Amino acid sequence: METIKLFIKSALIDNVVFIQYLAICPFIGMTNDTEKATGMGLATTFVIMLATAVTWPLYKLVMVPLGLEFLQTLFFILVIASLVQLVEFFLKKMSPGLYNAMGVYLALITTNCAVLGITINCISKNYNYVQSLVYAFGSAMGFLISMVIMSGVRSRVKTANIPKAFAGTPILYVCASLLSLAFLGFKGLIK
Amino acid sequence: MANSKLKTFVNGFLRENPLLVLNIGLCSSLGVTTSIFNGLGMGVGMTFVLVMSEIVISIFRKLIPSAIRLPVFITVIAAFTTIVQLVLNAYVESLYNALGVFIPLIVVNCIIMGRVEAFASKNKVGDSILDGLGMGIGYTIVLVAISLIRELLGGGTLFAGTALKVDVIPEAFRIGIFNSAPGGFLVFGILAACLQAWKQYQKNKADQAEIAAMKETEKPSETTEGGDK
Repeated sequence: METIKLFIKSALIDNVVFIQYLAICPFIGMTNDTEKATGMGLATTFVIMLATAVTWPLYKLVMVPLGLEFLQTLFFILVIASLVQLVEFFLKKMSPGLYNAMGVYLALITTNCAVLGITINCISKNYNYVQSLVYAFGSAMGFLISMVIMSGVRSRVKTANIPKAFAGTPILYVCASLLSLAFLGFKGLIK
Repeated sequence: MANSKLKTFVNGFLRENPLLVLNIGLCSSLGVTTSIFNGLGMGVGMTFVLVMSEIVISIFRKLIPSAIRLPVFITVIAAFTTIVQLVLNAYVESLYNALGVFIPLIVVNCIIMGRVEAFASKNKVGDSILDGLGMGIGYTIVLVAISLIRELLGGGTLFAGTALKVDVIPEAFRIGIFNSAPGGFLVFGILAACLQAWKQYQKNKADQAEIAAMKETEKPSETTEGGDK
């Protein structure tokens, strides 16, 4: 029960994009078409899960005993960057089809705030290993949901009549603001 | 020569503002701007990391092999971010707690990576410092502007968290939404729209001046299409 609660909380109530303001760059940059947005969302989900699965034990089993907590940022970003590289090599070799579909997004994921943000949150919120993985999966799903919703909204925005000053990106922030307002409504879901 | 240096410096203020125009490095700008104190703190921290990383990478730009340049950049940036994190934790605990996860996230801020890759790895140290300072100040200006609006309308105060705290709007008239997530997006969208409107106004003026100049020389005037995205 607690696990389900944590999942819903991380996916909807504390949505990565709309409530926590993480990963806004891909949210604005990659959502101009639904297929792309879904691809980016799935690739990010994969990397977030992998990164959390590696960084949690690294922190708790290696860095804490050695007293290296202050190097958290440096270690985590290096782990994430090398993981992304590994996944890229692996995909290239094992499944070129998937690589062609996901490859473009992988390089961008290294500098996706959501990945680093979620791994750091898992540590700072003192989650255990299972909780961390559930939290990471929930957050990643939240990211995927927001990407897909936003790409849908954008396809409507394209044909709408927008004031000249708001044309281009500014209108997207107004859309995001309204979506974020909707997501704020989930707040009462869990006490 | 001095003119081009000035241009490098001022570029980041408005014309190539990293946040409003280039739309990079947005996460922290929306996440921390609930009070001016936080916004300014984040801006200063970010500027420090940006300038220091640009200096280091610009000095070693000829020694870094291009195949592994990205990991090198990340390591340098992460080192300076850790310095900011430790300094804030030691001296300004309240700011450290307010900024939370967004301090380590300076590492993955696209502005730093972008400027280091696009500018510092190709230019001399002096220019890189100017570029870093200009971009950092542009970032800080926007952060302070956003947090000013959000703090004033949402919290009803100015400079909360410092000794200068002023209550401006009584509690009953505050608009809480500006302090929570949707307000950040809304204020940012409106600011970006204002800048875009200003740029269009300037462009129209320039176009009209051009057309007027063309008419004077009695050449057939060509109407230029507005370069909307």
